[in-house]
Amino acid sequence: MKLLRHTAAAVAFGLGLPVLLILIWWAASLNSTSIFVPRPGDLVTTFFRVWGSDRFLTDVLPSLGRYAIGAILAVVLGVIIGVVVGLNQTLRALTEPVFEFFRALPPPVLMPILMFLIGVGDAMKITIIVLGAVWPVLLNTIEGVRSTDSVQNETSRSYGIVGVRRVWYQVIPSAAPQILAGVRQSLPIALILMVISEMMASSSGLGFSIIQFQRRFEIPEMWAGIVLLGLIGLVVSLLFKVLEGRILRWYYGLKDLDNAA
Amino acid sequence: MSDSATAPTITEVVSVAEAKRSVRRARPRRVMLGIAGVVIFLVIWEIVSRFGPVDMKYLPPPTEVVPTFFRNIVLIGFWSAVGNTLLSWFLGMLLAVLGGGVLGILIGLSSFARRATRSTIEFLRPIPSVALIPLAVLLFSTPIQQSLLVVTYGAFWQVLFQTLYGVADVDAVAMATGRSYGFSWLQRVRHIVMPTMLPYLMTGVRLASAVALILAITCELQIGKPVGLGAEILHAKDNGLYASSYALVLATGLLGIVLNFGMRWIERRLLSWHQSVRSEAAA
Repeated sequence: MKLLRHTAAAVAFGLGLPVLLILIWWAASLNSTSIFVPRPGDLVTTFFRVWGSDRFLTDVLPSLGRYAIGAILAVVLGVIIGVVVGLNQTLRALTEPVFEFFRALPPPVLMPILMFLIGVGDAMKITIIVLGAVWPVLLNTIEGVRSTDSVQNETSRSYGIVGVRRVWYQVIPSAAPQILAGVRQSLPIALILMVISEMMASSSGLGFSIIQFQRRFEIPEMWAGIVLLGLIGLVVSLLFKVLEGRILRWYYGLKDLDNAA
Repeated sequence: MSDSATAPTITEVVSVAEAKRSVRRARPRRVMLGIAGVVIFLVIWEIVSRFGPVDMKYLPPPTEVVPTFFRNIVLIGFWSAVGNTLLSWFLGMLLAVLGGGVLGILIGLSSFARRATRSTIEFLRPIPSVALIPLAVLLFSTPIQQSLLVVTYGAFWQVLFQTLYGVADVDAVAMATGRSYGFSWLQRVRHIVMPTMLPYLMTGVRLASAVALILAITCELQIGKPVGLGAEILHAKDNGLYASSYALVLATGLLGIVLNFGMRWIERRLLSWHQSVRSEAAA
């Protein structure tokens, strides 16, 4: 009974405000003739009409593919370079200013340059995603590797755990919370760059579709695109939360123990 | 956080002094290595440009880009572009910090509001702010309004989230004490919530500043109208002024670094009383 009431309250709190907002939106658009804001019902039907068609195959899937490849490449490269640089003090000092510059550089400005360097194809889009999303992972990995526990380091050394095995079994796990904090910052950046690269130079993809709808004044269709992007962002952040919880289960367990003590 | 009653032992004093000395000793070496790193980067760039697979026209060497950069920074047009970019950055930040900060405090202080808004916030936050560019183009006629909508939206969530975290961190006992001493709502916010929340808020502002710069420049690249650095880069590229494009990218990166440092400086100024800044200075 208590559990039931608890669940009911959670549902009410979770859905209360969204339902209220949609009702206000619906009421406000009943008599409005504004062409910029579609009615909620129209938006839902448009959403399924636009994305339920073969546009899903020709625009949404390629976009998602580029996003996935770019984000995965960024994470892998960031972790590998980050571990190498993080383990070596000289290398760290050597690369710091250059890395700081590239991190401070807003990634979209590289796009015009990449456009004349490697054209406007998929390679350019994936490159721009990687170039933008790699820095949070890279810098967080360096920081995480640098601050590995010195007792752990010495223990590894005295047990003869060195080289790749040490990186795999000691360095990466102990840096994992920070690496994942970097990945969390990277994923939205990669999504933003996917959209921008398609808005600026493409003939397919989600970003391209949204711009095309806007130029043709197909307002409900444009809104459907924005909603789809929001949903993708939401799903990505939920997936990441699940993944992070799995990878870092031991870490949260330790933290709970610490807090309890 | 040791209280003043327990005086530090000799060993502690010595170890702190030694740590300080080693930091001082290490610094010149790190600076030298950093400069060497930049030089190595420029040399590699020069070699790749001259002997690499790409046409030199499309990848001009630094010996061409750096002089172009210095020629640029004496031009008024360059500074007005910087000014325009900074204007959308600044106005967007202002709106985001005010809106995110105030809403964060209002929502964070009421457990009802916190629970009721959580799902909505979790849904709205991941919407990539660039998705709003087409909407901004339709809704507003002037470029500055268009980029303001996008910049503010992107920066707002960073500030709001950090503020919510900060308010959640406020000591419940301190709040209850304030209430029983008859503090008004405003007094509680000013004297109890603010000191706890400010470090979180500043982190949010720093994150938001980077996002705001990205978005301000993206809008210029995409809409092409507000004459800022992004528009200049596009312009240079379309006119085949490749060295100039690179020089402008260089300038944008430096602008990003300056803004980062500026934000860090403000943070340190505002939080000079706070543990995190004090311990950083001592270490």
